[in-house]
Amino acid sequence: MRLRVDPVACAGHGLCADLLPEGITLDEWGYPLLDPLLDPLLDAEIPADLLPHARAAVAACPALALRLDPTGPDDRRHGRNRRSR
Amino acid sequence: MTAPPAATPRLLAEPAATHRRDALAAHLERHGPLPSPSPHALVAAVEAAGLRGRGGAGFPTATKLRSVRGRRRTVVANGAEGEPASLKDAALLACSPHLVLDGLALVADALGATDAVLAVPDATGLRRHLAGRTDRVPVRVVEVPDRYVASQETALVRFLGGGPALPTPTRPSAAGTLVDNVETLAHLALIARNGPDWFRSVGHPELPGTLLVTAGGAVAAPGVVEVPAGTAVRAALDLAGGPTEPVQTVLSGGYGGAWLPAAAVDTPLDHAALRAAGSTLGVPVLLALPARACGLTQTAYLLQFLAGQSAGQCGPCRFGLRDVATDLALIAAAAPDAHLAHDRVRRRLGLVTGRGVCALPDGAARLAHSALRVFGDDLHHHLTGRPCRGAAAAPLFPGVWR
Repeated sequence: MRLRVDPVACAGHGLCADLLPEGITLDEWGYPLLDPLLDPLLDAEIPADLLPHARAAVAACPALALRLDPTGPDDRRHGRNRRSR
Repeated sequence: MTAPPAATPRLLAEPAATHRRDALAAHLERHGPLPSPSPHALVAAVEAAGLRGRGGAGFPTATKLRSVRGRRRTVVANGAEGEPASLKDAALLACSPHLVLDGLALVADALGATDAVLAVPDATGLRRHLAGRTDRVPVRVVEVPDRYVASQETALVRFLGGGPALPTPTRPSAAGTLVDNVETLAHLALIARNGPDWFRSVGHPELPGTLLVTAGGAVAAPGVVEVPAGTAVRAALDLAGGPTEPVQTVLSGGYGGAWLPAAAVDTPLDHAALRAAGSTLGVPVLLALPARACGLTQTAYLLQFLAGQSAGQCGPCRFGLRDVATDLALIAAAAPDAHLAHDRVRRRLGLVTGRGVCALPDGAARLAHSALRVFGDDLHHHLTGRPCRGAAAAPLFPGVWR
């Protein structure tokens, strides 16, 4: 499982950082920064012992901006899109 | 006057021919009839030609076509040209609209698409070119908002679906749409006619063919020039009339690009070569910075402009670009606490990159990073209360004050 943030949906409520402090900190504007250990850029699997907390963080997000992604490494590089190529 | 063969324009027509009433007849006279290759033959020719997308990312067009073949209902020719300093897509559509329409028709046929769209900021004078064409899929010309983020693939797809022209995390493919830059499609139309060997006969090994480059800043004839890919930055600027005054360096890739170190102005126009030189090709835009100007001040203006282009959808872009622009202005003005602003900028640039849903924050951060690197000596002076002579000058580059 990998954590993903939808940056458009995220409104910076910050509940995720309360529920998964091992994995999520907030930047100075209140938006979640995923810990390097869990960063989707690095495409790291969430350690099993943190999974319940990750699920709680996902469930608590008022904006439904956080999700757990069961698929493999992200070929879209952090879910961003590009100008037409 | 004889132009070198490599400089022969492929995409940009003679000005005399472009304003003829029978533009289609002139087009067919010049390029010959449009062939109808099988989907397989078209993709094979594009692959052999080594065509890379001309919208900034430089992704191999054949790979993109192959990944979507038979699964797309809509094909979009992207002429939205969100990069504020770029004029190349507008120039192409003004000079050779039928090459773009040919490419759009070829891709629509190859994919079995049922909808073909030409997306542009201004459709004036374009729709008349549709008359007389015999495309299987009729082309819709759609005007999109003239705004940086509107040119992003997902924003276009959303807009065409009736929504706002704002980027989303959704893949364009999820909406059954293929988006290609208009210049990419024009090259594709010539590859279908003349073959991959002809296409590769000019250009760079890694980037075959010609490039439409917008040249501006301190050059005598600012505008769009067509050059073989791999042409040196300095040589491309010479084709735009050359410098009008001493130049200190060049901004490559437009406002989402990066300052080129002064010693690297002979780097070839190629994605990998410019990356290795610390800059980017991106959407080819070359802006010559006069020696009298302050690169930090001009970058601060550009960041202010880019911050204003944020759609405000993603927090780190919305607040990060604004804060970086504010602090760059303090550095540019050599304010008493400029060193604190500098610390904040360094930290925040790291917080902006990769955290938006489109290319805007990454491009803005790339530009700011490159300014701190390339204008390092100036930066030191600004941080110690000794700004450049040009630090109080007005914005030099187009669009910034609109």
